[in-house]
Amino acid sequence: MKTPVGFNLQPPRPLWGIRPPTRKSASMLRPILVAYAPERVVIPIRQCLGMAAAPIVELGQQVQTGQPIAAAIHAFGGPSGPQVHASISGTVESLGAHAVPGPMASEEICVTIRSDGLDRRFTGYDGLGDPLQMSPEQICTLIAEAGIVGLGGAMFSTASKLAARGKVHTLILNGAECEPYITCDEILLREHAAEVLRGAKIMMRALGATQAVIGVESDMPEARVAVHDAIDADGCDDVHVSVVTAKYPAGGERQLIQLIMGREVPEGALPSDIGFVCHNVGTAAAIADFFRDGRPLISRIVTVTGSGINEPLNIDARIGTLMADLSELADGRRDDASHLIMGGPMMGVSLPNDELPVTKATNCLILMQPREISPPRREMPCIRCGECNQVCPAQLLPQELLRASRQHDIDALREFGLDACIECGCCDYVCPSYIPLTARFAASKLEAAEHDAEMAQAVRARARFEAREARLAGAREARELDLKAQVVEAHVSESIADVMARVNARDDQG
Amino acid sequence: MPNGISAAVVFMGVLAACIAVVLNIAARRMSSNSDAVIEQINRLLPQTQCGQCGFPGCRPYAEAIAGGRTALNQCPPGGEATIFALSELLNRPPTPLNPDFGQHTQRTVAVIDEDACIGCALCLQACPVDAILGAHHYMHTVISIECTGCELCIAPCPVDCIEMASRT
Repeated sequence: MKTPVGFNLQPPRPLWGIRPPTRKSASMLRPILVAYAPERVVIPIRQCLGMAAAPIVELGQQVQTGQPIAAAIHAFGGPSGPQVHASISGTVESLGAHAVPGPMASEEICVTIRSDGLDRRFTGYDGLGDPLQMSPEQICTLIAEAGIVGLGGAMFSTASKLAARGKVHTLILNGAECEPYITCDEILLREHAAEVLRGAKIMMRALGATQAVIGVESDMPEARVAVHDAIDADGCDDVHVSVVTAKYPAGGERQLIQLIMGREVPEGALPSDIGFVCHNVGTAAAIADFFRDGRPLISRIVTVTGSGINEPLNIDARIGTLMADLSELADGRRDDASHLIMGGPMMGVSLPNDELPVTKATNCLILMQPREISPPRREMPCIRCGECNQVCPAQLLPQELLRASRQHDIDALREFGLDACIECGCCDYVCPSYIPLTARFAASKLEAAEHDAEMAQAVRARARFEAREARLAGAREARELDLKAQVVEAHVSESIADVMARVNARDDQG
Repeated sequence: MPNGISAAVVFMGVLAACIAVVLNIAARRMSSNSDAVIEQINRLLPQTQCGQCGFPGCRPYAEAIAGGRTALNQCPPGGEATIFALSELLNRPPTPLNPDFGQHTQRTVAVIDEDACIGCALCLQACPVDAILGAHHYMHTVISIECTGCELCIAPCPVDCIEMASRT
């Protein structure tokens, strides 16, 4: 563990992946706009992947900026997960279901706060002290309290990921923002590289990692220079910068690890199983902010861009800000903006309207005019050209998966590695027959999960049936034994009666 | 010469004994004993324990199939998928589901109308997987994640307070 593990400062160009037009420059023209506290915020209480949450405020309660309003709950009673905080000060106006951004028009329990216009700070996290002097456990607990989750878009609990202590020697910070349009990580590195560096050191302390590698793409030279400058200014020798080829999806966790470390994460395993942990650069900056200012995760950088926006830029927006308010800050949306996408154009979700809150997963909002979107095209038969096999970053065979998916053959889907599909959309992008492969694979994953659940239920039902049969058989046997004992007893008592009768008969004779 | 013959007899005798031992072990190890076949068949059945096939549970049906006493197409909950899996395993031609035993439908789950339940405990005895919780004179309820949707609890209920509902 002590010897540094080798990595690539300039990883070789990957064979997989695609190079769609990046369209990043529009939102990079302006510095980050720190948005003022909005009039009203709608904050979903569940903002951590795979965890339930419960609100801890009441209707009408006065809250301060940064005060906890909900906590994530581990299903099996582990330590409590990341909290959610009020992002403005004011009154809790409502507590109930509100539409939230998601793949389907979904609703979640949200806390709506009406601003008192003062933005009073919650002081509960002041004076935490130097995190580099704290124990790793203490750092993890505080990070969960600060509500910090992965800001790359997955919202996975950062504290849980940092708890892989002892196994991890290299921390990888993901600044390889490979999806088109999105620039929030690039601009963060340009403007706040020192904070990312500080966050990296805190994470390394929590993990017990001996080195950190910040991965950036080759098309963001300013960010690279900024990070190098920050490292030089700090004088540390255990944080490095690796420049990966700007190719989509180089910023996928497994892809980035493969490029930088030259090792593939086995299917079904986690990066920490082979000694790496990958975090987003935004997450590192959020951790640094929290330990310096006592400011929990109440805002994040959102790229607001697309041809439907008058002035594309990056906004440091409070969590819970409505998307409509955000587009106002970007000088409004154009009249003919017809499509709203959260995340990138490759893996993002299309949203029905802009009356939805910004969550911890909202890295980018794209407003598109109709001309920016390719028209829907009729799906045609697979001609087995093999383009999809070449671009797949997980080295799968999408055309084989497609065949298995059409036949609903779960075993074949598994055999061809359906679970390793990251749904990046590269195969869709190159398919000359316009087959919506990724959508199919996503549906197949659901189908496979359903199948698994059914199999598990069958195994349980069988065990319960057999246990019941055994119990009933046992009861039957016990009853039979009982009966036999009664018969024997009856026999014995009968023979005693016989003997007595004979004795009496003899006495009578005598 | 006699010496040569006795050597041959001894040699053949020892050889025969060795082969006997090997064959005996092999027969024990590799026997396609019927228990293993029943187990393989049982694994392909949906384990609803519903008895629609005419046997009191999935294992009894598996035993009957292994004994060649019955057809493969009598399991409505398993439907076509089970028939194909069984025919592949046993190398018997697949036939369509026999409608005499029922239709293949979406899996359901039993729900007890708790206000109407009188606590008779009859359904408790009927449930093949112990998925109903209750006691005499107390309300019963279905542990829905354990319910296989076999419908065996419907008939015994004297007040008809059990209904089948769709999953999810």
